[in-house]
Amino acid sequence: MSDIAEIETEALAAIKAAGDLDTLDKVRVAELGRNGRVSGLMKTLGGMSPEERQEMGPKLNALKDRVGEAVAERKAVLEDAALDEQVAKEKLDLTLPHPPESYGRLHPVMQVFEEVAAIFGNMGFAVAEGPDIEDDWHNFTALNFPPGHPAREDHDTIFLAPDAAGERKVLRTHTSPVQIRTMTEGAPPIRIIAPGRVFRNDWDATHTPMFHQVEGLVVEKGVHMGHLKGCLIDFVKAFFEVDEVEARFRPHFFPFTEPSAEMDVKYTKKGDSIEVGAGDQWMEILGSGMVHPNVLRNCGIDPDEYQGFAFGMGVDRLAMLKYGMPDLRPYFEGDPRWIRHYGFKPWTTPSLSGGLS
Amino acid sequence: MKFTLSWLEDHLATRAGLDEILGYMLQAGLEVEHVDNPAERLAPFTIAKVTAAEPHPDADRLRVCTVETVDGTKQIVCGAPNARAGMTAVYAPLGAYIPGLDFALDKKPRKIRGVESHGMLCSAKELEAGEDHDGIADLPDKWKLGEPAAKALGAGDPVIDFEVTPNRPDWLGVVGIARDLAAAGAGRFDPKEIKPISGGYDCPIEVKLEAPEACPVFGGVLIRGVKNGPSPDWLQARLKAIGLTPKSLLVDVTNYISYDRARPLHVYDADKLRGAVVARLGKKGETLLALDGKTYDLSEDMCVIGDDSGAIGLGGVMGGESTAVTDETVNVFIESAWFDPMRTARTGRATGIISDARYRFERGVDPASVMDGLAQAVQLITTETEGDVSHPVVAGDLVDPYRPEKATFKPADLKRLTGIELKPADMKRILKDLAFDVEDAGDAWYVRAPAHRFDIEQSADIVEELARLHGYQHLPQTSLPAPAGGVRASLTPMQQRVRTARRVLAGRGYLEAVTWSFMARADAALFAGGENALGTDLLVDNPVASDLDCMRPSMLANLAKAAQRASDRGEAEVRLFEAGPLYRGDGPKDQRTAVSGLVRPGAPRNWQGRANEVDAYAVKADVFAVLEAFDQPGSRFQIMAPNQDHWHPGQAASVRLGPKTTIAHFGALHPRVLRALDVDGPVYAFELNLNALPVMKVKALKTKPVLELADLTPIRRDLAFVVDEAVPAGDLVSAAGGADKSLIGSAEVFDVYRGPGVEEGKKSIAFEILIQPSGEALKDQDIDALMDKVVAAVAKKTGGVLRG
Repeated sequence: MSDIAEIETEALAAIKAAGDLDTLDKVRVAELGRNGRVSGLMKTLGGMSPEERQEMGPKLNALKDRVGEAVAERKAVLEDAALDEQVAKEKLDLTLPHPPESYGRLHPVMQVFEEVAAIFGNMGFAVAEGPDIEDDWHNFTALNFPPGHPAREDHDTIFLAPDAAGERKVLRTHTSPVQIRTMTEGAPPIRIIAPGRVFRNDWDATHTPMFHQVEGLVVEKGVHMGHLKGCLIDFVKAFFEVDEVEARFRPHFFPFTEPSAEMDVKYTKKGDSIEVGAGDQWMEILGSGMVHPNVLRNCGIDPDEYQGFAFGMGVDRLAMLKYGMPDLRPYFEGDPRWIRHYGFKPWTTPSLSGGLS
Repeated sequence: MKFTLSWLEDHLATRAGLDEILGYMLQAGLEVEHVDNPAERLAPFTIAKVTAAEPHPDADRLRVCTVETVDGTKQIVCGAPNARAGMTAVYAPLGAYIPGLDFALDKKPRKIRGVESHGMLCSAKELEAGEDHDGIADLPDKWKLGEPAAKALGAGDPVIDFEVTPNRPDWLGVVGIARDLAAAGAGRFDPKEIKPISGGYDCPIEVKLEAPEACPVFGGVLIRGVKNGPSPDWLQARLKAIGLTPKSLLVDVTNYISYDRARPLHVYDADKLRGAVVARLGKKGETLLALDGKTYDLSEDMCVIGDDSGAIGLGGVMGGESTAVTDETVNVFIESAWFDPMRTARTGRATGIISDARYRFERGVDPASVMDGLAQAVQLITTETEGDVSHPVVAGDLVDPYRPEKATFKPADLKRLTGIELKPADMKRILKDLAFDVEDAGDAWYVRAPAHRFDIEQSADIVEELARLHGYQHLPQTSLPAPAGGVRASLTPMQQRVRTARRVLAGRGYLEAVTWSFMARADAALFAGGENALGTDLLVDNPVASDLDCMRPSMLANLAKAAQRASDRGEAEVRLFEAGPLYRGDGPKDQRTAVSGLVRPGAPRNWQGRANEVDAYAVKADVFAVLEAFDQPGSRFQIMAPNQDHWHPGQAASVRLGPKTTIAHFGALHPRVLRALDVDGPVYAFELNLNALPVMKVKALKTKPVLELADLTPIRRDLAFVVDEAVPAGDLVSAAGGADKSLIGSAEVFDVYRGPGVEEGKKSIAFEILIQPSGEALKDQDIDALMDKVVAAVAKKTGGVLRG
């Protein structure tokens, strides 16, 4: 039986000495393979007497198990080492750049439109729209600018070429015609804001021939100028994301409101930026008033039954005040450097719950 | 409109200082644009008394003065010849800024020829407060030591400039301002009295109206024997303060009244008039040499003042040269008339003449001021010069001081429209201050506004008067109550789509631009299918610039030019998009909302050698990503040839919903179009017309359909067909996919091959078919049968042959 011990010693030594998986496998075949030494011993069991078999069986099985385990253990060690060797070779230089990406941005004016819509949407205003090319009636006459009214001159209107009938369409000079379209096409109660492009024949450091306004219109029974004041102060607080805003209303003249008011807010200049809400200076931010009874009548609404307020503000300027663009002109130049700098990331969606900006 | 504080005080009895007056102006709606307060500017300068003036030991022309000042006794060296002991002078302390010399005195005493000087004695000119005759200001002794120099020099009068809104032409006169400020609580309205004319003889000059619709009333008065010359100092000072140049007594008086009462007048040299003065319409071919030295062609629409010699003035706009007053004028005829605002405005626009008279008449002059205007002119002229005044002469009817119609005011409207509560007595006080006549009939009051208030017609107009003069600071601040029924979505489906598209594109690396709604006509033609197709209804009549003379039929030109500018500045790849309007015509339904984008390739090379190659397929992916975000799966659409000329005919396509509705275009822009725009190609672009895409109904129920997960593993089979080169791959794929829609989930092209093994003029297209069994597993023969169906369908639709 010294065979068994001898074979075991030799086999284990050979397994231990195997330096790679191939060698180990050869050892395994030499010992445990069909014609291997251990297998050869196992085969001798068949020719033994029952007594011998009873004695030798367990010993030979134990030998087979031990050699098998040793092979498995060694295999695991060698596999590990091989994997280590492989991954060591698979090194990437990850300081190299990833494939090029381009990062898009949203235009600040469009973003501010959404901020304004989020605030007024929460107060129950729907967003209405109207055409940029308007007729004289919607842009002026229905808004109580009679033909020849000097206030028309102040609008620096851009006209389209006269049609066959000699009528000249206008590029809307304000978003107020959307008031008219909303009132003539619908019925009170009305709460809308109307954002959009407007046009005036004026181009200098502080004016561009196209700019953006948001119009607001409320027509409901019982709504008065105190609501106008409350609504707009609530808006300014929400828009500039400040807790308090010191505001004042001054009489002004707009043909389509009576009484009319301009709204000023206090601000402080801090270096290049402006802090709205409190401070030592007043800044005009919008025009407003109670809808003129003539305008209501022009839209088929009885001014003795319904009343309401309207307001309009320049969105490009609101954007400037909040986000600090120093100049209006680059807004419309499509310069990637400007858009990347002042633009908004695509996943920023203004909401009152998530924050406007 | 400019006026000075002391001028205002001619008509307003008040104790309010400048700041308070500015506050009342703000409250009443007179928006102040600028205030020049000399008192503030001249604050460092005070009255001083010169007690001694000795000759300078080393300079003949200098004097060493001992001066009692607010800062104590000072030694001041002075070069003025009139410096003398006992003089009341103006003292500038060390460090003071001298506006007329534009420098500041040193902060430390300076030695002048060896003698220290502790300040300066100033002339009026050095303080920009007047002219001097001989040296430093030599003031009356009544001014006490330390009093402000500005006051003593008569330069303390602040000049206020404010915006006159078009509804209030009466604010173009200081009297009108005073009336409103009094009503706002600034003081008592106390206008300077105008004495009626007591003429001594009938005016020999006849006045006639031939066009009462243009000029319904014309008054005149003759003064004989005047001596024209410079107007008095006080009058010149006021005109200068508001930026007018004094001319002569007669002219200055008319200018003064124009600003004092918003009442334009005109003066004629009576000796130059020929026959009757007639207000009539212009005649064809008639011309006028006006006071500005220019000759104007007159039209039948203009109101002309004429005499036997022809046109001598444009009524309400400008007088003529031939009858103008000069320094030699001795007999002056004064005109006070009323001209129709609309006609005056038209004449003003047609001639381009800008004058104080036009500015007032086109906004509306008080029609009741005709006689007062004459009387005030007579009063001012005869105070300064001798003169023999005639009885006034009037053609037409003088107007009542109140407007003819009564406005109905419901006192309850004040609270209804503004939330402000005011007692009836307080309302009446304000209306009375405004010179309104009120007839109280309980719930409705009948109000007659004065003739100069063209803006008072109805209850709301009177509500505004009450609210503003009581003060908007009394408006309650009330948040808007929540709408009945709660807050709903505020965006339309279209607006939601615009937002979605913008975010998808920005997420795919595009920068959002906002570009002009207009563009150059020639460029617009490129995008509208040619000059003829463009039509004329999008042309701008008065463009702000010659290359912005047409409304845009596409945004791509603006974006391409912006991209080119960016490239010229060294940007690598440029990706821009815009969501905005396109114009197909000038009607309200002709505007489209579109989303357009473009890429100018130029991404930096990548070390892996697979830089993001941009091509027509890349922008196709962008279009379909947007459609996918709208819940519009790509399989709904057909890809067809472009139907716009500005696309590359072989590398661009239209996306259609059914054969007729074009939703979008994408691909390469036509090289010829790029060349015309001066843009380097290639440029890959897309334009998606959101209006063409049907709006999906918002479902009332938000529940999503039940998710059905197939139990059986999908089976994939690859097939390759040889087809003619002209056959679009899309046809092949749709034929294959359509062979059995219940089993075939998708068919995706993975290879297109031309070359050895495939006949010339043909190509091999390989695609993978995904078979999704449902219910029971497919047997081999089922799959074979399905493949046979696919092969047959492809052969039938495209002529394609299964590649062996």
